[in-house]
Amino acid sequence: MHQPLEHFLQQVVFGIQQGSIYALIALGYTMVYGVLRLINFAHGDVYMVGAYISVLSVRAIYAHHLSGPSWIVFAAILLAAMVGCGFLGMLIERLAYRPLRKAPRLAALITAIGVSLLLENAGNLPSVFGSAPQSSPQVLPGAHAGYTLGGVFFDRNYFVMFVATMLLLAVLWYVVTQTRLGRAMRAVSQDADAASLMGIDGNKIISFTFFVGSALAGAAGCLFVTLTPNTIIPYSGILPGVNAFVAAVLGGIGNIPGAAIGGFLIGLAESLVVAYGPLVHISAGYSDAVAFGILIVILLFKPTGLFGRGVTEKV
Amino acid sequence: MNRTLAKILVAAATVALLYGLDMVVGRLEDDPSLHAGYAVRILMLALINVIVAVSLNLVNGFTGQFSLGQAAFFGIGAYAGAALTVYAQKQLFGHILGSSETIGWWQSSAVLVLAMLVGGLAASLAGFVVGLPSLKLRGDYLAIVTLGFNQIVVVVSHNLKEMGGAAGFTGIYPSSGFVGIPALSSFFWVALVAVSVIVLSINLRRSVHGLAFESIREDEVAAEAMGVPTTRYKVTAFVLAAFLAGVGGVLYVHYNQSVTPLDIDFNASVNFVIMVVLGGLGSVTGSAIGAILLTVLPEALRMEPTYRLVIYSITLIVLMLVRPQGIFGRDELGKTWLLKQVHGAKTLPARTTAWALALVGRLVRRRVSS
Repeated sequence: MHQPLEHFLQQVVFGIQQGSIYALIALGYTMVYGVLRLINFAHGDVYMVGAYISVLSVRAIYAHHLSGPSWIVFAAILLAAMVGCGFLGMLIERLAYRPLRKAPRLAALITAIGVSLLLENAGNLPSVFGSAPQSSPQVLPGAHAGYTLGGVFFDRNYFVMFVATMLLLAVLWYVVTQTRLGRAMRAVSQDADAASLMGIDGNKIISFTFFVGSALAGAAGCLFVTLTPNTIIPYSGILPGVNAFVAAVLGGIGNIPGAAIGGFLIGLAESLVVAYGPLVHISAGYSDAVAFGILIVILLFKPTGLFGRGVTEKV
Repeated sequence: MNRTLAKILVAAATVALLYGLDMVVGRLEDDPSLHAGYAVRILMLALINVIVAVSLNLVNGFTGQFSLGQAAFFGIGAYAGAALTVYAQKQLFGHILGSSETIGWWQSSAVLVLAMLVGGLAASLAGFVVGLPSLKLRGDYLAIVTLGFNQIVVVVSHNLKEMGGAAGFTGIYPSSGFVGIPALSSFFWVALVAVSVIVLSINLRRSVHGLAFESIREDEVAAEAMGVPTTRYKVTAFVLAAFLAGVGGVLYVHYNQSVTPLDIDFNASVNFVIMVVLGGLGSVTGSAIGAILLTVLPEALRMEPTYRLVIYSITLIVLMLVRPQGIFGRDELGKTWLLKQVHGAKTLPARTTAWALALVGRLVRRRVSS
């Protein structure tokens, strides 16, 4: 049995690891919601596709003896998953959401659910990914590398996951706040009509938003499957998708830093409930409901999430 | 003829018709040589889905709120109803029922009605508890809270040992033997509730209260300014919808004789929303037809087992792209809708079909009202 403090730190590390995944997925939800006011239900499945792209490309590389585990392979498949998912996201927007831009909002929501079902069920076909659980071979060199900090051993992979997430967040922050493209994105999200009067091509910005959001989900899928021993199936995107969505709402949907912080909060809360819930008679089976419990309580006090702006209603 | 009397006669005729159909369905089900058991099952599930979809339409269609957790109320009704008929079986029937024991019509109906009341009330209580605070929230935030509530109900049902936990609930095993959920839901009761819910919704739509619901959908601020107590109406819609969904759950569990957390999860909720949106958000008959379509379609695709769900999801996307307002939009299936189709029909075959339907509709109406 661990020392109490070590045990706690270990749980925090688990929480941050899971939180990184949620944060990356939540960003896509929040960005798309920002520009389109659409809950992109297919987003969790894009994450799943990212995980599959990673597994399949690692296998392909090893099968052809191109390389063994190395940092370059890791970087390459991360890039492949991001670009692949980015284009997938753009394609989904073009085919399923753009024709419904002027339709009632719920119609686009139903096609989003349709796309989600399509990705899951098409992925489940034996000719695509198949229904058998898949896991990734070792990608980073050195199987059990890690660091000891304050008497606690931390697996290096969790550390890599956290650093990669932080780097991606930094890049996203740079793109959104410091570039012309990012400024256009913020303009469309604030007022699409006014933005188009200023000469911004709304469709282009929406496509770009889908690319970036989906690429981040792809990165999350890649990090999850290559850096943890977990397996994936074509339905693996549902639960992380829902939890990440909760994270996005928790942070105030449409708010980019809010989504990242929400993701880490949900990850931490989940891991702490699994570890300490039984002490107060909350069985670990309830961890899936934790995210929602927190969310409902917070929304009752802050109806637009932790960092969301209140919208005043004009008559 | 007196209008009230005519209405009573129509109601009595409907009940008699349903009772007659009930016997036909029973005969079909009992005769194994007809192979109709599967079709009857789809019919029953379709009717139960009609009840839940039409109930959801009260909130999502009439009132314009976006609830994404109707399966939770369906589930609460199902679990509460089953708990009653299993744990109080000895008190209700006088003894523990055998596995193939037939129960008298009056007794089974009385117990079923009691279970529907209990399940419906349990669900509406939950609807009130969730609805009251969360209707402060707008649009998508409400959707999330209802979704979250749904998830919590699922997780609780997963962990509730007394109600079967993750494996689902079929009954209990006390020392004396197995006590199962009795099969009380006959075609008669399921169809009667479905028809009643549809009639209730259509009448509601035409009433002052229905207009109040719809004014909230169109413009909440304006409705409030006109003196419509918006919060009260929103909570009312929520509670009523929860009650009806709970009744649907009771009928389901006493037909299927089991309920599992999978029957009431997020996917089930999404399915109910799809039924309503596909049929036409705000249209009662549209929601009903959407429910039937979405129950039959996945079954009809079973002949192509590999690609079944892929075809299903593509159909869903294409249907939505072609008719974003749903099959009926906000209109009801009826004379006005048919006339609209007649005038809107571009090609000759479409025009002829619409005319024929309108004519049949008019004749039927004449008969009924004269």
